Amino acid sequence: MDASLFLNAIAAGILLGGFYAAVALGLSIVFGQLDIVNIAHPAFIVAGSYLVFALNGGFGLDPVIAGILLMPIFFAVGVLVYRVYYAAFERTGRESLAGLAFFFGLMFVIEVLFIIFYGVDYRLVEADYIGKQIEIGLVGIPWRMLVPFCAALVMTGAIYLFLSRTFLGRAILAVSQDRLALQLMGADPVKIKQIAFGIGIATAALAGALLIMIGPVEPTIGRLYIGRIFAIIVLGGMGSIPGTLVAALIIGLSESIVTTYIGPSWAPTVAFGFLLITLAVRPQGLFGRL
Amino acid sequence: MKVSGFWIGIVLMLAAGFVLAGVADNQFLFFAGYVILQGLIMAVAWNVLGGFTGYVNFGSAGFFAIGAYTAIALHQFAELPLLVLIVIAGIVCGLIGLGTGYLTLRLRGVYFAIATLAMAIVFESLITNWDYVGGSAGAYVITPAEVPFFDSFIEMMFILMLVLSLICVAVSRYLSMSRMGRGLASIRDDETAAECMGVPTLRLKLISTTVMGVMMGVAGAPFPFFVTYINPLSAFDLLIAVNAIAMPMIGGTAVWFGPVIGALLLGTIQQIVTVTISSELNILIVGAVLIAFVALAPRGIVGLFQDFARKRREGGK
Amino acid sequence: MRFFRQLVLAIAALAVVVAYSPQVSAQSGKPIKIGFSMALTGVLGAGGKSALIAMEIWRDDVNKKGGLLGRPVELVYYDDATTPAKVPAIYTKLLNVDKVDLVVSSYGTDVIAPAMPIVMRSGKVFLGLFGLDVNHKFKYDRYFQIMPAGPNPAQDWSRGFFDIAKEKGLKSVAIAGADAEFAQNAVKGARANAKQDGLNIVYDKSFPPSTADFTPILRAIQATNPDIIYFGSYPANSVGIVKAANELGLKAKLVGGGMVGLQFAAIMKNLGPGLNNLVNYDFWVPAKTLKFPGIDEFLKKYQAAAAGKGVDLLGHYLPPWAYAYMQVLGQSVEATKSLDDKKLAEYIHKTTFNTVVGPVKFGKNGEWATSRALMIQFRGVKANNLDQFKMEGTRVVLKPDTVKSGDIMFPYKQ
Repeated sequence: MDASLFLNAIAAGILLGGFYAAVALGLSIVFGQLDIVNIAHPAFIVAGSYLVFALNGGFGLDPVIAGILLMPIFFAVGVLVYRVYYAAFERTGRESLAGLAFFFGLMFVIEVLFIIFYGVDYRLVEADYIGKQIEIGLVGIPWRMLVPFCAALVMTGAIYLFLSRTFLGRAILAVSQDRLALQLMGADPVKIKQIAFGIGIATAALAGALLIMIGPVEPTIGRLYIGRIFAIIVLGGMGSIPGTLVAALIIGLSESIVTTYIGPSWAPTVAFGFLLITLAVRPQGLFGRL
Repeated sequence: MKVSGFWIGIVLMLAAGFVLAGVADNQFLFFAGYVILQGLIMAVAWNVLGGFTGYVNFGSAGFFAIGAYTAIALHQFAELPLLVLIVIAGIVCGLIGLGTGYLTLRLRGVYFAIATLAMAIVFESLITNWDYVGGSAGAYVITPAEVPFFDSFIEMMFILMLVLSLICVAVSRYLSMSRMGRGLASIRDDETAAECMGVPTLRLKLISTTVMGVMMGVAGAPFPFFVTYINPLSAFDLLIAVNAIAMPMIGGTAVWFGPVIGALLLGTIQQIVTVTISSELNILIVGAVLIAFVALAPRGIVGLFQDFARKRREGGK
Repeated sequence: MRFFRQLVLAIAALAVVVAYSPQVSAQSGKPIKIGFSMALTGVLGAGGKSALIAMEIWRDDVNKKGGLLGRPVELVYYDDATTPAKVPAIYTKLLNVDKVDLVVSSYGTDVIAPAMPIVMRSGKVFLGLFGLDVNHKFKYDRYFQIMPAGPNPAQDWSRGFFDIAKEKGLKSVAIAGADAEFAQNAVKGARANAKQDGLNIVYDKSFPPSTADFTPILRAIQATNPDIIYFGSYPANSVGIVKAANELGLKAKLVGGGMVGLQFAAIMKNLGPGLNNLVNYDFWVPAKTLKFPGIDEFLKKYQAAAAGKGVDLLGHYLPPWAYAYMQVLGQSVEATKSLDDKKLAEYIHKTTFNTVVGPVKFGKNGEWATSRALMIQFRGVKANNLDQFKMEGTRVVLKPDTVKSGDIMFPYKQ
């Protein structure tokens, strides 16, 4: 066995997994903690990509910085979307099926808006470090993958600390576990869920920046990630932040190794095979609560 | 009384189809009608599980495509008659549906929905890598220029689809009106409670997923003969899954005729929009209509009408 | 239940009204209607839209000169959203309801093939826009494909690439293709060429079009140490491949082949110097050997029309061909003085047409009689500059020899 090939496959898998974690993180909070099946999440990520593209092309902003700058705006949009969702579905207690259809529709609307404004052409961003790589012994690490990986780790870490160390963060965790108890403690579950949803959407801004850094983006590219994202979240145990990261790394690694040694066309099968096995054997996921 | 009304309706629809085939020389109606009826079967099939028991199937496109590819594989193997292909595709998808039914033993709610989505993606990978049915490059089907008893091939396809959809509607109606329908509804409302009450939930769910699978396979099997060229991308199209969910949601999921109304309405709008507006707005309309309906009319058109009727009755008193 | 019945009736009535509503025409002379479906949204939407712009330029050009047979030309088209299932109904409506006089195809194999049986049954002449080998099953003698792939499309497509390999005496080849229609046909042809030349195929795998990072694939290929790497890929893949190839420094001597997307303005601009020395297919580039009459004026009009529409700004790849297939149709109508499909088909079979993409001659199966698929090499491309691609020199034509504009820089990375 070629050692260099193996080590590089591992490195590429870890980097890819980090990126997947960033993509899945927001939905992990929204779906895992709030039980809102926001199937439009990838569409929000693509929206992030397009806005980053506009900032990068218009002002020459670094994609990662542009993504971070967009986060407050996305937070506000998220709050707004949750408001609508709450008023139309959650308050009336028919969220599951109707809510799903709502987000399905939202996904189409977002996609089409970007088609109308930007056309269906592919968009890419520019940054000095894209296209270079660092060599560490046998392993080559492209900056194009390393920067998203680091950004994803920082974002995941920050959200983990926020959820576990701050009052608001703990309240978010509490809302998913015992809504009534939270109400008795004087916190308004709707306000807390609204903030959590906003954070989930805010991560889409940065994830979008990372997506367009790795490869070109067109309005409907988000669909390719729907399956992967759900696979990661379920594998990670629905809403567990460390679980999401680990699951994303597992999917990234398995895709990379299958690609290298068996054939790239089987890579998606492996990811979803993982998902089906998890669901059949241990539905609560790796880090799950049940 | 009601029963006879339904069967008269079925016979009338069928007769109307044959009359249409006899008099209309506008072939466009048959093509457009075929697509609408295909959507109708998918919607009715989805509703047998999703509407009656509350288990959401995200992988409708997977069942549809397996139906289509079963037909392709058999067609490559030996040029069997279309009806035989449909029956076998129905059986294959029914078995897959049965398997899906066993998933419900462990997976409820969103987990089940995601499992079906994953299933569809795994199937897509398998088909993509299976060269016998054309793999990712796709497969061509040459359709006969002339068929016995009909003016054209598409006329036959249309009548075939009409018959199939009427059968599916009748089956779905039977399921919802019979004793079984109440059992299915009790699963939707509270599965654990239903089980405690002695409702054979697993058996009902298995029947329901199997019927769903059969119907979707039946809808998919003639598809290659309709488009003449098929590849995994078009067979596993996300829009097929979206429509299968959107149509019942718009029509109303609780009753058997909800998806029928939704499919006829949304399917017709889509056909009209394609040849009138013909742009991105096409997709925008589907999305916006869906959002509007689920937000403002939770029980679909059927629900809207029921509310309206109740108000009028109360107003009259 | 009454409501249900009424609703069904209402929908049926609506459908009938729409289906039968006559097309209102504002023009005075009875226009010649040319009908088609076009991929204006969906996967191929960007290309389809740019094709439509080109076709509208052709319509305006023709109408300015007094139309065809003294009648104005009108385009009747619907968006097929790159969805095959929509195509049969659209062509039936065009032929049955809109009663168009002529039809042409949408863009791409996926949406051309479903139209074939319907067009065949109506006996219409059918000009195709970039479908690969659509006619090999249908064998329709009134089908013509404007894409210059050649009489044996899948294989002729990459012949030039392997001719270069032969001239340089290369021995081993790696082939990687995306798991979708066009790319698979392209690699099938490449495989056939490689076998024919007795090359040693050391890697032959396909990858999903959704692949996010190509580093592992390229590493696996690198490990097999090929002289040649042939890619059959879609735009997103092509970008990923070029980026990864530059990062890890491929050692192969000849790299490229059938990479879709490297012809598009936005992608070329972004990849910049990363493209240098790649050898890839193309159909038209600004080179003195390819300066056909009318092409410059056409591109000027196209570039003016394309600005701000979210489509390709250069318009080198698809638009000239969309203009040309309309030219073929228009010239045939003028020459035969008729809209009769039999006469038109006979005329198209025997004629060499002068178009903006040069002389066009169709062979027996409706494909080009001889291939003019170009193999070009990117040369001296600078970062972030779109205008450089309008000039000669950044893309040098290596094959076919009849239109060659320069020699290859070899090997891929010195």
